[in-house]
Formats: sequence, C-alpha cells, structure tokens
Amino acid sequence: MHPLLDRIQQAFSSGITGLAEWRGDVAVTVSRDKLHEVAQFLRDDPWMDFDYIVHVSSVDWPDDEERFEVVWEFYSIRKRHRIRLKARVPESDCVVDSLTDLWKGADFMEREVYDMMGIRFRNHPDLRRILMPDDYTEGYPLRKDFPLRGKGWRDTFEFLDEISR
Amino acid sequence: MGLIQLGRHEKDGAPDVITGSLEKAVNWARKGSLWPMTFGLACCAIEMIAAVSSRYDMDRFGAGVFRGSPRQSDLMIVAGTVCRRMAPVIRKIYDQMPEPKYVIAMGSCATSGNIYDSYPVVQGVDRFIPVDIYVPGCPPTPEALLDGILKLQERIMQKRVFVTQPDQIKAHLKV
Repeated sequence: MHPLLDRIQQAFSSGITGLAEWRGDVAVTVSRDKLHEVAQFLRDDPWMDFDYIVHVSSVDWPDDEERFEVVWEFYSIRKRHRIRLKARVPESDCVVDSLTDLWKGADFMEREVYDMMGIRFRNHPDLRRILMPDDYTEGYPLRKDFPLRGKGWRDTFEFLDEISR
Repeated sequence: MGLIQLGRHEKDGAPDVITGSLEKAVNWARKGSLWPMTFGLACCAIEMIAAVSSRYDMDRFGAGVFRGSPRQSDLMIVAGTVCRRMAPVIRKIYDQMPEPKYVIAMGSCATSGNIYDSYPVVQGVDRFIPVDIYVPGCPPTPEALLDGILKLQERIMQKRVFVTQPDQIKAHLKV
C-alpha cells in the first residue's frame, strides 16, 4: 500500500471508510464527522505536509443512499505528493465542515460547490453564491435532477421592463 | 459619392455650389466612421482582433477605431457567448451608446446560443437588444466579419436621416 495510506491508517482507528490507490492516485474516503480532524492531520503531520489545496468539487450520485460526495484535492509543494479526500453527504442533511480555517484557498471553491450543488459548509466565513447571481431562485444547476435548460431564468429579461418604463 | 466638393477649383473655374442629397452625405459620413465597442466575450474576440490587425485591416472601412467606452462608439460587435448574468450589462452598455447605433451579432453564440443550450446561456443576443447584422460562423473568419461590416454599411446608406425612422429599428424592444 502507498506510504501515505499506511500512515493515515495508523493515525486513525475509526472514521476512515475507504482507502484507494489507482495508477498513482491516492484517495481517502472519510466519514463526515471525522473530516476536519483528518484534514488537520493532512496539513500538520510532518510526513503529510499538504500545504496547498488544489480543488474542491462535488459529485451527485442520485441513486445512492448518501447522495452527494465532496472531493478535496491536496498537494504538498515541499514533498511533491498529492492526495484526494472524499466525504459522503446525504441530501436530507446537506452540510459538511468547511476547511477554510486550514486552507484559506478553500473559500471560493467551497462557495462554488455550494452554488452549483447546494452543499452547505459549516463555519464558512462567507457562504454565498459565486457564479450565479445572489437572487437566483431556481436551485442548484449541477444536480442531476436539474433540467439542462434551466427553469426559464435564461429567457427572462426583467431589466427590459425597467428601461421601457 | 463624388458629389462633395470643398472650395473653388481655381484651374477650371468649376462652380463651388453643388446640389446633392444631404441624406446621402450624412449616411456616407456615418458608414465611413463606424467606431466599434471593444466587446469580446469569448473566442470570437480573437477573430475580431485579427480582423482589426494588419493582415485584414478593418480600418480600411473606417471601422477600426475600437473604443473602450460606449459613449464614443457607434457599433457594438457582440463577439461570443452571452451568459444570462451578462445580459443586463450588455443592455446597459447598449443604452449608453449615442444614436445612431448599430449592433453586429458575431458568431453562432451571439446569434442563437450555438450548442450551448444550457441554463445560463442566452439563446441569441437579439432577445434583449436589436441586432442589425448576424455574422455566422464558429468563430467567423475575419473575412466574414468584414463582410458583415460591409453589409452594415450598405444598410446605413439606405437609412433615412431627416424623417422618422420606422418603429422596428427604434431602441425600445419588448420581448
């Protein structure tokens, strides 16, 4: 097994639900309540030393019991290794811990996940929509049950009424 | 034109009074100094830049003086995919342009949304501003854009200056 995975397995007795390595990609799946703890370990442990957050993204698995999956990618600039961290989130309680206190760069990326998938981040300093306008009411566009053409927003031009008034 | 003459021809003693259509003279002046708005939204902007630079040299037709402000522009070339969030901005810029003003929808995206039949993409810029010329292509070649500008110049020559314009080319547009 990959040395990174070994070390994570030794450090945590519970909370790790999956360890995977595929063609050099290392991925760890954690339970939601352990997420922040594991992330802190990835940043502070001298063998881990992940000082750079590459990306935060999310996946919608409509048929699964826990519908959403949030994915973080980390890279260590000093040690030149990378890791992927995943956590499942159910639709009924769509909240996951924010990692903005550990990596400042997570701020905008978590806002994007919130905007597109509707997953809220606990303790995020400024959780607003980032791509869609603040008053957008049609929902979360990257969910699988969102219609591809939207729900009519792209064809409504309310500013035209203001001009002709 | 060939009808405009300034000053007296000393050599042949030709008269300095010329009769002609002032409407034509005004239209000729308008078509010969189309100042476009710098308005690149996507990859079409690259072709628009190519059309202005030395090889194609849009300045030959008087349309090469790109302005950064709508208040100095006559022509808006909407070059690229128009997202719904951008739409009020485009409309505001269009409203800030002084009359007479013209709009070219450059490329398939500005014309119809192209393949982007998705939630944020406006299906054609003509849904909220009046468009004079549609230039097809993805992206259109600089030649195609030049052709669009020449077609627009032909249209400008046909416009009435000192009588009321027909309603459909007025600024207010209900969708």
